[in-house]
Amino acid sequence: MVAADSRASMGGYISSQSVKKIIEINPYMLGTMAGGAADCQFWHRNLGIKCRLHELANKRRISVTGASKLLANILYSYRGMGLSVGTMIAGWDEKGPGLYYVDSEGGRLKGTKFSVGSGSPYAYGVLDSGYHYDMTIDEAAELARRSIYHATFRDGASGGVASVYHVGPTGWTKLSGDDVGELHYSYYPVEPAIVEQEMTEAVVA
Amino acid sequence: MECVFGMVGKRFALVVADTSAVNSILVHKSNEDKIMVLDSHKLMGASGEAGDRAQFTEYVQKNVALYHFRNGIPLTTKAAANFMRGELATALRKNPYMVNIVLAGYEKETGPSLYFIDYIATLHKVEKAAFGYGSYFSLAMMDRHYHPDMTVEEAIKLAEQCIEEIRSRLVVAPQNFVIKIVDKDGAREHSWRRTTKD
Repeated sequence: MVAADSRASMGGYISSQSVKKIIEINPYMLGTMAGGAADCQFWHRNLGIKCRLHELANKRRISVTGASKLLANILYSYRGMGLSVGTMIAGWDEKGPGLYYVDSEGGRLKGTKFSVGSGSPYAYGVLDSGYHYDMTIDEAAELARRSIYHATFRDGASGGVASVYHVGPTGWTKLSGDDVGELHYSYYPVEPAIVEQEMTEAVVA
Repeated sequence: MECVFGMVGKRFALVVADTSAVNSILVHKSNEDKIMVLDSHKLMGASGEAGDRAQFTEYVQKNVALYHFRNGIPLTTKAAANFMRGELATALRKNPYMVNIVLAGYEKETGPSLYFIDYIATLHKVEKAAFGYGSYFSLAMMDRHYHPDMTVEEAIKLAEQCIEEIRSRLVVAPQNFVIKIVDKDGAREHSWRRTTKD
């Protein structure tokens, strides 16, 4: 399950509330965007190209392990030159689901859950408390949506729309895209206020 | 902060490392294996910058395997250590690898050996070694309680004492540790010491 917000900021200015942070590398692999938008978009597109070339050369799909390693090696070679990429590569291959965290420092981690970006500590808290390996798809989607919502609530650089994607054996599908403002009121509805009591004279003892 | 330490015993060598993968205040993973099995009888515990650690250790592993394929015999631990040191030294003044390594190996002829390899290409053959903030605690513990020709049980007990000391005294102590051992039967994982179940 992959989820992301959609806010882009330049310092204190929100430059966009509708950025696509979940990048579709190919029909069975997704990448997430955190850090520099241009760097993420460019290198994910480049990764998509390399994955397709691999398919053509080897007559089989590239594994998630392979794809993440390709990206990690490219980013490592640009180490120290100012690229800013914090991404997760999520996909489905012969070995089942695969999730890797790759960043512009050159780090690459295999795992079962990750959270990346300025709002990631907030999301981790919600994610860790609600997660168990054998969740249903609906439970997982709701957990993902909730984690993004809580991160957007506290982090100024996160907001916009919480998109949730599901990656399965037949590839990825977009499950939902909800404005986090509306999510807030659906999670925490406002009680209708009682009419204020009228002011009366105070009783003099 | 990453903790790696190791020691030589009677016909074996031990390497212990924490298993946390950290990014500023976030712990991404607490089961990241940082002790690479270099070949059948060599262990390499590495600590340092994320990308450098994985890339450099894999580079060394592939070159060690290549030597074995080309020449039909494996590199000795001493030769592998010197190869690593050479690579670190060559890269140092251009594009340094920020990785610190504890290399442990076993040969039939020379027995167990341990090498301390710094990120600035220092190389020392030692009986006990440690890197990271944890080294402040584990080195002193080892200096006090280590003696040559320890049995596996004694060495594991000493490793446990070091881990407990790190856990209780280091302000951001790692949650889990892995212990790997190399002896005449090869390099393998011995056990874990966990506080969390990631």
